[in-house]
Amino acid sequence: MNFDVDIHKTVRSERRSFDLRVRFTTNARRTVIFGPSGAGKSLTLQALAGLLKPDTGSITFGGDVLFDAATGIDIPARRRGFGYLFQDYALFPKLNVRQNIAFGQSSGLRNPSATVEDAAVERWLRAFELVDVAQQRPEELSGGQRQRTALARALVHSPRALLLDEPFSALDPELRERMRSELDDLLQGIDIPVLMITHDPQDLEWFGDAALYLRDGQITEPPPAPSRAQPTRLRPA
Amino acid sequence: MNASVWITLALTLKVALWATAINLVLGVTVGWLLARRQFFGRDFVDAVLTLPLVLPPTVMGYYLLVVIGKRGWLGGWLQSSFGINLIFTWQGAVIAATIVAFPLILKSARTAFEAVDPQLEKAARVLGLNEWAVFFRITLPMARPGILAGVLLVFARSLGEFGATLMVAGSIPGRTQTLSIAVYEAVQAGQDDTANFLVVLTSITCIAVLLAAGRLAPSKRH
Repeated sequence: MNFDVDIHKTVRSERRSFDLRVRFTTNARRTVIFGPSGAGKSLTLQALAGLLKPDTGSITFGGDVLFDAATGIDIPARRRGFGYLFQDYALFPKLNVRQNIAFGQSSGLRNPSATVEDAAVERWLRAFELVDVAQQRPEELSGGQRQRTALARALVHSPRALLLDEPFSALDPELRERMRSELDDLLQGIDIPVLMITHDPQDLEWFGDAALYLRDGQITEPPPAPSRAQPTRLRPA
Repeated sequence: MNASVWITLALTLKVALWATAINLVLGVTVGWLLARRQFFGRDFVDAVLTLPLVLPPTVMGYYLLVVIGKRGWLGGWLQSSFGINLIFTWQGAVIAATIVAFPLILKSARTAFEAVDPQLEKAARVLGLNEWAVFFRITLPMARPGILAGVLLVFARSLGEFGATLMVAGSIPGRTQTLSIAVYEAVQAGQDDTANFLVVLTSITCIAVLLAAGRLAPSKRH
């Protein structure tokens, strides 16, 4: 059992009120939550990560209760043990690649030094071919290097699962295709559950072992759009 | 020129530095609260704290006398409980300068904090940091240039404070008379030489502060 989610959250802004009622269970190695903009995908992912507190309901991962409104359990984001790849990567602009990857290796009040040495950080720098740019800042990196840095930062703590927030939505189509295959390669060797949210049907075909459709804050079945074949791509475990 | 001018300069710098230090802590704290926390009456709090910027300094001075004067509710309590009197002291001048300059750091800090991408703070949380670590490792460094700009404004404003300081601390040479008040006194007394010297001294001090600030503030590439 990977994710077992049943949450409700009402988000109010000045102009509108949005009701998120998401309930799903997935055991797949790769799960995609697919839906149009404003469907509540990002809210759902943030709730899983502990960055957004649902009003009611519960979130379980691998049998561990991460959130349960009834019993008052709410494990903070820092202890949920998930890797999170943000939409525009959210790399720390004032820190170099090495510091970004080493960022969470200490939870004290100071950032790692520009020449911090850490075995796990070195391993990911090498694995993702970032050694040559280790001293550079995010603004000096190519798109691919940014994605690899963000992914290394998320993976260096050996997370229990990886959450991907629309990793390609900000890219132009050509780059998107390249980054998609690059991410695919990078994830090949990593044997943890991955959950991705996206509004791009191509991501769905490419990525998902299991697909969930989110619309107006609710998981809908069958898929809302009269469209593509259900992704059934199988991969070696 | 006699030695009292240098005493006046030292006193002015002391008052301004204290007011700046206090405002740095207060402004960063309240600025962060206003930028990052939702609470009832936030707009009202912001408006009240901005008042010193729009009210005449003499009005602020009058309010201060009402609060910390010997018969004020706070001043009376301090006097009867601890024997502390703030009126006509340099500490009173610090309080006046602090309050008059506070909106400048508050606005700068709040704007600087609001410009920090919340996504970066979320990334830091997911990577295992608690809220203090997020603040000191992400939020504060990202907001630092804006806060430093506010610090500079506060220092400059404190250095030149006149109205509220005069009402609260008076103009006691060597004890509460700051440069800007000394200039006024000199002109009133027809001491043009003293006035000239004080004005030049004040200008040089301000230029030195600006140069130092330019050196302290990080460049864009930092």
